[in-house]
Amino acid sequence: MPEAVLKISHLTKRFDDQTVLDDLSLEVREGETVVIVGPSGCGKSTLLRCVNALEDIQGGEIRIRGEEIRHDGKNLPEMRRKVGMVFQNYELFPHLTVIENILLAPVKAQKRRREEVRAEAMELLERVGLKEKADSLPRQLSGGQKQRVAIVRALCVHPDILLFDEVTAALDPEMVREVLDVIIGLAERGKTMLIVTHEMSFARAVADRIILLSDCRILEESSPEEFFTAPKTEQAKKFLQSFEFRRSR
Amino acid sequence: MPDLGLEVLWKGRNFIRLLEGLWTALRISLVSALISILAGILLGVLAGRKRSVFRFILRGWLAVIHIMPQMVLLFLMYFGTSRAFGWNLSGEASAIIVFSLWGTAEMGDLVRGAVGSVPVIQRESAEALGLKPPQVYLMIILPQAVRRLIPQAINLVTRMIKTTSLVTLIGVVEILKVAQQIIEANRRASPNAAFGVYLTVFVMYYLACRPLTLMSKQLEKHWR
Repeated sequence: MPEAVLKISHLTKRFDDQTVLDDLSLEVREGETVVIVGPSGCGKSTLLRCVNALEDIQGGEIRIRGEEIRHDGKNLPEMRRKVGMVFQNYELFPHLTVIENILLAPVKAQKRRREEVRAEAMELLERVGLKEKADSLPRQLSGGQKQRVAIVRALCVHPDILLFDEVTAALDPEMVREVLDVIIGLAERGKTMLIVTHEMSFARAVADRIILLSDCRILEESSPEEFFTAPKTEQAKKFLQSFEFRRSR
Repeated sequence: MPDLGLEVLWKGRNFIRLLEGLWTALRISLVSALISILAGILLGVLAGRKRSVFRFILRGWLAVIHIMPQMVLLFLMYFGTSRAFGWNLSGEASAIIVFSLWGTAEMGDLVRGAVGSVPVIQRESAEALGLKPPQVYLMIILPQAVRRLIPQAINLVTRMIKTTSLVTLIGVVEILKVAQQIIEANRRASPNAAFGVYLTVFVMYYLACRPLTLMSKQLEKHWR
């Protein structure tokens, strides 16, 4: 069995006295794509934000390849480079061009050679169909293009695991596919990923394992086939039904 | 065409004197603006931090500056301090001190506001990439804050240039004072000179401030 890239043990997260995640444990192994689904407000995004220590946690621990990552830990910037994050609203830096957005962290934080990173970035941009946009500013791009740039930016830091936080939720429907296709491509090439999404057909296609998060904990954990055809829990059935439409006549 | 008294300008060194007066006004405002911008950035950055004492200092300082007419501050600095503390400040030095006190407070507030207006998630996005806190501040937060800041900062500088017309009251011979002197000296020969000379002063102020506002517009368009 491949080693665990991400190991979350007994994680508890509270905002003031409201518990958002309660004693949650989860492992993502090398090359695995794990998709988290669940009703909104169930703590999916918070879970991702804990993994790259954008949130402090009230209990448990999170390890990346055995090393603990903590909001108040030492070497936090270094640890965060092991975790790539793609946000719902892209969060490109508006004052920098596409290529500058991508090169910033590898060159300034990792001290890698600019030409080397640039070559890698251009190759990745070409793969996502945005090579000619390298010198554009974010505001000149569509939402789908921005999100693909954000993915390339996260990849260029060479993280051990990539986190996707509802990356198509802010997109117009016709742009959803171009972004999801990129992520499916990454799964095919064996990237380790933890994905939060509301796109069920995408979840089914990309996931090695599906996790249903509800009421601060993991309710169900199964293969996509099992989850979508034979959900074990009542909540999972109810959740899946919420995506179906029927008209009574 | 009514007699606007413009011929006065060409008598002797009158026009040159007006330009010299304009230079005095610009010198006071630009030196003050430079001090204000540097000190204001420092103050604003410090006041923008959580639980910072500078936030209270800035707030109190602003409150005083906002309610106090600049003229009262000028009088206080120029006349008041000479008796009370025995300082012998020149009019120009007093003016620069007062304008810097005013400008630093306003600039500090602008910087604090601009830094605060950069969305938190921009910082998080940079942190998630593994940039160190000083890098996040210098490469992500400040450049975005500066873009939001420029129009208001330039507005402050143009207001400073205009407000230099007050310093004539503490004995500084700037453009407006020169204009009055020229009009007085030519009261008999050119009784209409007031219009022509003040019109010239008006145009000179306009020409001094216009490049700044143009620059502001250009930068805004460039950065949008």
